[in-house]
Amino acid sequence: MIIEPRESVSLLRASLAPVWAILASLIICAVLIAWAGASIPTAYMLLFKGAFGSSFAIKETLTRSIPLIFTGLAVSVAFRAKFYNIGAEGQLYAGALAATFFGTGLITLPPYLMIPFLILMGALAGGALLLVPVLLKTHLKVDEVVTTLLLNFIVLLVVSYLIEGPWKDPMSLGWPQAASIIDEGVLPTLLAKGRLHFGFIVAIVMALLVWLMMRYTVQGYEIRSVGYNARAAEFSGINVNKTVVMTAMISGGLAGIAGVSETAGLKGYLTLDLSPGFGYTGIAVAMLAQLNPLAVIPAAIFLSAVYVGSDAMSRAVNIPTYIADVLVGVSVLAVLCSVMFSQYKVRWKA
Amino acid sequence: MSELFDILLTAGFWAATIRIVSPLIFGTLGELICERAGVLNLGIEGIMTVGAMSGWMWVYQGGGLWGGVLFAAFVGATFGLLHAIFTVHLGLSQHVTGIGITLFASSLSYFVYRMLLPDATTPPKIVPFQSIEIPWLSDLPIIGEALFSQSALTYLALLTVPLVWYVLFRTPVGLAVRMSGENPVAVEAQGINVLAIRTGAVMVGSALMAIGGAFITMSWFDAFYFGMINGRGWICVALVIFASWQPGKALLGALLFAGLEAMQVRAQISVGSFIPYQFFLMLPYVMSIVAMIIIARKTKYPQALLVPFRRGERV
Amino acid sequence: MTKRFGTLTANDAISLTLQKGEVLALLGENGAGKTTLMNILFGHYQADEGSILVDGETLSPGSTQAAIEAGIGMVHQHFTLADNLTVLENITLGTESLWSWRQDQAAARIKLKTMSEDYGLLVDPDALISSLTVGERQRVEILKALYRDARVLILDEPTAVLTPQESERLFATLKSVTDKGLAVIFISHKLHEILAVSNRIAVLRRGAIVSTLNTNGAKREQLAELMVGRVVTRPKITPLPQGKPIIGINNVTTKGSGATALRGIDLTLHAHEIVGIAGVAGNGQSTLADILSGIQSTFTGEIELNGAPLTRGKPRAIVAAGVGRIPEDRHARGMVGEMEIWENLISEDIRSPEISRAGFLISSKNAKVRAERQIEEFDVRCKGPEAETKLLSGGNMQKLILARALSQNPSFILANQPVRGLDEGAIAYVQEQLLDARKRGAAILLISEDLDELMALTDRIAVISHGELSSALPTGDRSIAEIGLMMAGQQEQERRPAA
Repeated sequence: MIIEPRESVSLLRASLAPVWAILASLIICAVLIAWAGASIPTAYMLLFKGAFGSSFAIKETLTRSIPLIFTGLAVSVAFRAKFYNIGAEGQLYAGALAATFFGTGLITLPPYLMIPFLILMGALAGGALLLVPVLLKTHLKVDEVVTTLLLNFIVLLVVSYLIEGPWKDPMSLGWPQAASIIDEGVLPTLLAKGRLHFGFIVAIVMALLVWLMMRYTVQGYEIRSVGYNARAAEFSGINVNKTVVMTAMISGGLAGIAGVSETAGLKGYLTLDLSPGFGYTGIAVAMLAQLNPLAVIPAAIFLSAVYVGSDAMSRAVNIPTYIADVLVGVSVLAVLCSVMFSQYKVRWKA
Repeated sequence: MSELFDILLTAGFWAATIRIVSPLIFGTLGELICERAGVLNLGIEGIMTVGAMSGWMWVYQGGGLWGGVLFAAFVGATFGLLHAIFTVHLGLSQHVTGIGITLFASSLSYFVYRMLLPDATTPPKIVPFQSIEIPWLSDLPIIGEALFSQSALTYLALLTVPLVWYVLFRTPVGLAVRMSGENPVAVEAQGINVLAIRTGAVMVGSALMAIGGAFITMSWFDAFYFGMINGRGWICVALVIFASWQPGKALLGALLFAGLEAMQVRAQISVGSFIPYQFFLMLPYVMSIVAMIIIARKTKYPQALLVPFRRGERV
Repeated sequence: MTKRFGTLTANDAISLTLQKGEVLALLGENGAGKTTLMNILFGHYQADEGSILVDGETLSPGSTQAAIEAGIGMVHQHFTLADNLTVLENITLGTESLWSWRQDQAAARIKLKTMSEDYGLLVDPDALISSLTVGERQRVEILKALYRDARVLILDEPTAVLTPQESERLFATLKSVTDKGLAVIFISHKLHEILAVSNRIAVLRRGAIVSTLNTNGAKREQLAELMVGRVVTRPKITPLPQGKPIIGINNVTTKGSGATALRGIDLTLHAHEIVGIAGVAGNGQSTLADILSGIQSTFTGEIELNGAPLTRGKPRAIVAAGVGRIPEDRHARGMVGEMEIWENLISEDIRSPEISRAGFLISSKNAKVRAERQIEEFDVRCKGPEAETKLLSGGNMQKLILARALSQNPSFILANQPVRGLDEGAIAYVQEQLLDARKRGAAILLISEDLDELMALTDRIAVISHGELSSALPTGDRSIAEIGLMMAGQQEQERRPAA
């Protein structure tokens, strides 16, 4: 078998790659649905209805996509510079910790200042957390994948300690949760009824900003250069280490905002189940988007729909909800494959 | 502090250390074999999960214990094959593939568990591996209990260390594996199929990881819980670096970590009143990072780690 | 034999016969398809059409295993050795059944010892490859093939990395090998070597054999024309009066004890002057080039450019001060293949007011206009500034690098292996550009492993060995043999390549 690059990749072929990946993932999961004894068309119809079947469902899907847009952006920026930040989960909680620390009464500002302030603090916290792995990578060549993964566990334990100990809300009737974000800091809801909140707008704006930065600015150029060919970037005068650190700060910051948005927008207070793995799902989002910041939005909405829809589906036809997680995992692998086949062709001869 | 030293002198501490070290040994050696062949396997966390689930499930469904171990190994090797198809044959990103395998394998484990046991509220139990007392030796003070009254899987883990060392450093296939991790073109130029060597190494390594997972549900505990691997796979990846890709050092590193874990369980009782338990639980993760920092400067990576090999590709 | 890569036909219906005890030279310029042909013979590639017969039996295609079993051995241009393993391990890999439970090291040791004595290829079996010199590594490669009882030995550009004296030694080895009845295929584009070492010559041009002739009676000029297909003469330097000093390198030293550490480098280059640095790879050239390119900032000593000290470790400042840089490896260092051509052309001055506003927003319009001008001026064959860079041929990519390095009229040009791997047309183009720059008054430092190139193109030559640079004497004051000895170090010590 020989794999060789295509002479040119048409835009159509490139943009169809994630579509093929999604189709392949749906087919693979259909096997599991069949095993569960459900009719495949019915199950997928239920999934679709659960995600988009009513205005409530749509609002729910969009709400759930907010953290995924942030973590998806975080991953796509980092991966673009070949900095493998697998720690968006931890950075999300770092952002949530910052929102809780500053937003539960320590500082009170009018809402138009309080909300940006919390977002900024969350971003700084997320970035600060990633500072450890990135400096270890640039200065000591310690692999960032393992350090960011390990930090996820450490941060969760810190959160657990804080909300069971010093930050525990005395009003929570024994549940381990932190105090509520003060009213000035709560992200307003966008529509009457439903939980869709201001975080969605922040997410869209961030995606746009990241896209503009990557495409039109010197900093974006340098991030791409470093990711594609760090040695050539260095030769042309780009400070590779500085660029990687900057990329990590942006990446960690975006993931941190996800934590602020979930705490101050959706839940209102910090708990240990704030994120059911949004940081990890962000990897699937970024891969489906082929690291394109604008494409992160539809990719996040799609995976969010899978989660929201599969809840409805599993209630109706008795399929374990883990089907959604399986689909996320499969889609990461499928998109890797389909993107490759859009860029390479296979000949069965050496 | 003297309480901590007292712990070191109890037989229970050493017995627990040796018990806890088994999954780390399997996982670390499995990862080490993959990386020696030039393939980073970040699927480890998921493969340990799927091993833990499938081995346990085999026994719960009426199979034998050793059959369960074999079944776990088989499932692990299958996921290893998937990883190898992506990273070795298609040359895709080893980082992303590994994370994808982990997401896929763990979610599939939970899905299958829920499918087969939809109504289980408290996790059902199996009869796990029992400890085997080795005559005479198990009567020795401290080490008797620590080393010679463990379960068969623990003995197997300890035996795997010299076995992996021997195969890697004293047999032709081991040389081919190491060479694949250093310079795959050199392997190809000697008439050996690099893709086959790497695929085999990843499958064997993944089988070991899965046995490590199975140990947890079939020897250490007797049930399968969600999230029970809890980062052990990632710790194994750190341990491989800490061990500089040497099986002997991997054993030492794993013992260090197991000792730490056994210590923290006991220390919680003595000093837990003023140090929250979360900080004890954090220790292995923090130590993993510290271990990588300590070793970072002098470590000698397999030179072709992360480098895909494409046959007949024009350079 | 026919082999295609996409639309490119690398080998076009090639037929060749090799006889026992002969040295067949395969002559062709870079990109003619020599290596492809040998990779087919050795089973790395599978041909699209054609077959190979060894002693009348068909060789199963696309299998190195089958090639080795049929007695074919190959010494690759880029050695296929694992640095962190020993000589013995590298040689014995694949010689025993993979599934045997132990290795017979003792027998292997004995066989290797007798063999290396037979052929005069002495090497320590327990040494790590990383501790060997380039010449020693080549010996291991040859032993590797002989250990598998090769009857046909393919050597791909074997002299590219050797000193003239080492090349002589290699030729002697080839003699002893053919005396024992082996057949040798010797791949090269160096005419004088081919005339010296071969019995027959097959000339390959654009993937096809254009002629097969006996070495006896073959003429250099005739071969040159056969190889390129037309008369291409490489440019030669013509005397110009030396100008004012441009760059002064004064006692530049780097830390470390390896061969790549620099020790007290002194060199002054003047306007209208090309100075060559000769040396075997891994003797400090890369370190010196990195310092002059601004990549490496840790060194002692001084460098002055046009009377002002050169900024350390800041490539963009160095470029702005008037340095043009041609990197050693155009794919790894020179260009970002995945980016568009115009993006690569702005990489060195992206923060200048012409290209970006406030060092922040890229003005792609200005950049593309300038790129179009450069593409035309340097005759880069491409679809335009927005084409993907990795699709360019080697020669066009090098022209792009020239465009970036030379279009700002630098006063000092660092040219590190500027023609490596290019075809004759592109070589002549690059060399002419360098000579033009010299005429305009630039000082040029030319680092090369090819002594012929240095002889033809420089005013003065200095030799680097073990991080020490000799004085730069006018070209012609030293003979090639003398330079070769200096490259090997005055006391003929072995050179240690970069680990």
